[in-house]
Amino acid sequence: MIAPKIIRRLQSVLPPDCLLLATEDLKPFETDGLTAFRNIPDVVALPETENQVKSILRICHESGTPIVFRGAGTGVSGGALPVDGAVLLAMTRFNRILSIDPLARLARVQPGVRNLAISEAAAPFNLYYAPDPSSQIACTIGGNVAENSGGVHCLKYGLTVHNVLSIRVLTIEGDELVIGSEALDSPGYDLLALLTGSEGMLAVTLEVTVKLLPKPERTQVVLAAFDDIGKGGAAVGAVIAGGVLPAGLEMMDRLAVEAAEAYAHAGYPLNAKAILLVEVDGTQEEVSEDVMRVREILLAAGATEVRTARDEAEQKKFWAGRKAAFPAVGRLAPDYYCMDGTIPRKSLPDVLKRMAALSEQHALPVANVFHAGDGNLHPLILYDANRPGEWEKAERFGADILELCVAHGGSITGEHGVGIEKINQMCVQFGSAELGAFHGIKACFDPDGLLNPGKAVPTLHRCAEYGAMHVRGGKLPFAELPRF
Amino acid sequence: MQTQLADSLKDTPEGREADRILRTCVHCGFCLATCPTYQILGDELDSPRGRIYLMKQMLEGAAVTNRTLTHLDRCLTCRNCETTCPSGVEYGKLLDIGRKLAESKVARPLSQQLQRKALATMLPQKKLFGGLLKLGRMAKPFLPATLSLKIPPSPLSRQGREAITPHARKMLVLAGCVQPALAPQINEAATRVLDGIGISLIEAENAGCCGALSFHLNFQEQGLEAMRRNIDAWWPHVQAGAEAIMMTASGCGVTVKEYGHHLRHDSRYAEKAARISALTRDVSEVLLSEEAALRGWLARRGPRESSRVSFHAPCTLQHGQKITGVVEALLTVAGHTIMPVSESNLCCGSAGTYSLLEPDISSKLRDRKLGHLSAPQPDVIATANIGCLTHLQSGTPIPVRHWVELL
Ligand SMILES: Cc1cc2nc3c(=O)[nH]c(=O)nc-3n(C[C@H](O)[C@H](O)[C@H](O)COP(=O)(O)OP(=O)(O)OC[C@H]3O[C@@H](n4cnc5c(N)ncnc54)[C@H](O)[C@@H]3O)c2cc1C
Ligand code: SF4
Ligand code: SF4
Repeated sequence: MIAPKIIRRLQSVLPPDCLLLATEDLKPFETDGLTAFRNIPDVVALPETENQVKSILRICHESGTPIVFRGAGTGVSGGALPVDGAVLLAMTRFNRILSIDPLARLARVQPGVRNLAISEAAAPFNLYYAPDPSSQIACTIGGNVAENSGGVHCLKYGLTVHNVLSIRVLTIEGDELVIGSEALDSPGYDLLALLTGSEGMLAVTLEVTVKLLPKPERTQVVLAAFDDIGKGGAAVGAVIAGGVLPAGLEMMDRLAVEAAEAYAHAGYPLNAKAILLVEVDGTQEEVSEDVMRVREILLAAGATEVRTARDEAEQKKFWAGRKAAFPAVGRLAPDYYCMDGTIPRKSLPDVLKRMAALSEQHALPVANVFHAGDGNLHPLILYDANRPGEWEKAERFGADILELCVAHGGSITGEHGVGIEKINQMCVQFGSAELGAFHGIKACFDPDGLLNPGKAVPTLHRCAEYGAMHVRGGKLPFAELPRF
Repeated sequence: MQTQLADSLKDTPEGREADRILRTCVHCGFCLATCPTYQILGDELDSPRGRIYLMKQMLEGAAVTNRTLTHLDRCLTCRNCETTCPSGVEYGKLLDIGRKLAESKVARPLSQQLQRKALATMLPQKKLFGGLLKLGRMAKPFLPATLSLKIPPSPLSRQGREAITPHARKMLVLAGCVQPALAPQINEAATRVLDGIGISLIEAENAGCCGALSFHLNFQEQGLEAMRRNIDAWWPHVQAGAEAIMMTASGCGVTVKEYGHHLRHDSRYAEKAARISALTRDVSEVLLSEEAALRGWLARRGPRESSRVSFHAPCTLQHGQKITGVVEALLTVAGHTIMPVSESNLCCGSAGTYSLLEPDISSKLRDRKLGHLSAPQPDVIATANIGCLTHLQSGTPIPVRHWVELL
């Protein structure tokens, strides 16, 4: 509950249609792209001006009211999940592209601008913004910075952090900071890298300056089908080992292909156990050469079919299907739980085999979509939330998958962030010393812990509780902490 | 998405259908990106996903007020969200259920009730509307701009009514409710082109409004009545061998194609309605399947002046009927140049009676759309629905025509 006094103060700085207070209006904000977690916010603020944002921050800071920021609400780790007693502050009305400088190749945009809208606006200059999360049609650049989002093209062109030049933010005190610069490197600590991926826990982003890249002279997409998912996994390593750095290297298994095809009509082979999509880009000659090499490698790795997209329209369809794959599985089951682990590429065939076994063990189907090139797995666990107990089953299956990743030397999140969802697995990934360092940084920016509390970095106390339940190899994690 | 429908609805046919649709939504948010009202208002509650959630909580038994009704009213029913949705959520069908339920739970202010009732009663009546339009044309100088701009001048010279030879091949054509008064030249042009390719068009005596106007104003029973009346009017012709029911207004087309859905629980009409829907085709679909004959006719007729055309695909064509690229191809065959238009998937804000009920959002969308349509400096703007045509024309000096007039 937020005290009426504080609501009145918020009302004094926001017009009525910028502050939602009725339960009827609030409930649709109770969740983001991870619907298993829901919490009705106490208030939703939809500011229109930076001054309004500043005023909200000041009011919250003075009154000790927590704040959760929200972009388009496509996050799949519950980053924008409302917290009790907090203001949910949606930045969606800041949706203007402020400027595009085709010579310096950069764009200045407000945080609520959609990822894809940047590339669309840059297209007339033959430029584009490289990181392309599958949700790029809808997710905001503010959300991308907060999650350090990746995408199909990040294998070659890097994640959000590699493509953002500077950001302008407000701290919880309402102070403005400009972090980074238009130059490639700036003196001092690399605060830009620190804030990128900070999941709305350190500051609110007001403006982002991103790097734009020239569109490659030519791109080509190769599709390969496999009759065995392990062979497909091995082919991923073979492509990279073969000395080609594809612009994108993605894999989908049979279930994912079935769903994506139903939406995109991309012409994917429906009988394959797995398909790979390999995009190469560069000059005419480079692309011709790489396509030949990729074809040879894929055939040698046992592909049953290798096809090259006929034209740009078909390339687009190949990607449209892949990018819509998560929500398209909504056609196969009412709900899905999207995982986001990473593993070293070489472990791919092994992990896939284990995953199939886990699927049987938990009696839930799993559709697999991967940014295979960078070893980022997105298993989609299919379940039915209306069936009692099924979500809990899915959650346990998910936790097993993440621990499988860590056991193979990988990590619990590739690009979707920790949010609320993977907060316990953070205790598996890090020890108390590392977590302590995170807490120190948080305290510098937000000593009262008002920004997105309870997300992304667990308290040691929480880890102790979680650890108490997960005793591994006879060793208690966080043994030095008192048990409660 | 998890659902828990209210006990009172759970086992009704509508409740079951709503539940099925709700459960296909995975809350991914993709649809926010292409929703016109979300683009303008930036509020989740004015997005498809937000509206789905508002309907969900209402269906689950939560109390509703005019807040929910307002957000549902603001929806253009453009169904851009359906095109975008990877999970195949049938938003339009859910909205029909949601609007009806909301309206039964929330009392509208009297002024709104009267306005909507008046629109639902008058517009669908050909004669009444025609008479009012004449009056309106006379009174135009005295009307406020919001209204007077919506009244188009009387059509100038109708393209010569050439003698039409009767053909063995016949198709029904719907005159519709407002189109005969506002733009009779559209069906005349269609008749001419179809005649050229050897097909006679017939207008059934008693057919009238397709039912969409009343249905979407939530006078659903009145809308269903109009649908039944049309089915009765067409049925003898269908039995006599009419090949298709051809639509020159995509807004009517999308509705008639869904007669089968709307009347599925009506034991007397369900079967006939399904058959009528199956026979219904937009004029672009007809001409595409007769492309060879069309090319022959164009060649016989000899070249006409070619224009630079910006085409606005009505939502009812591209999202409702999923017909894309066909009109552009046909106009190219006829020698015109199609100009590139950005944001071509977005609604122009006309949306049936929307432009009268939500003038603010509607005119913002119209101006945004006209900005994109006029950017490539076309000679003419073409579209495929009477509503879009008059709405767009009210904001630009560039002539706006039905594309079939350009053949
Ligand atoms: C179908 C689907 C596919 C996806 N594919 C990918 C993918 O390929 N790669 C990938 O990386 N992610 C992917 N995602 C996850 C998600 O889209 C990204 O994390 C995205 O960056 C979230 O952006 P958003 O605008 O929706 O942010 P939200 O979900 O609204 O918020 C995410 C986080 O950002 C914070 N935040 C938002 N705006 C601001 C701001 N202005 N200032 C400070 N903090 C802010 C929030 O507090 C929250 O912690 C996918 C999601 C879906 C549903
Ligand atoms: S795109 Fe479809 S599945 Fe995704 S939120 Fe919108 S309606 Fe739901
Ligand atoms: S029908 Fe159109 S206006 Fe309505 S929610 Fe869908 S996209 Fe938005």
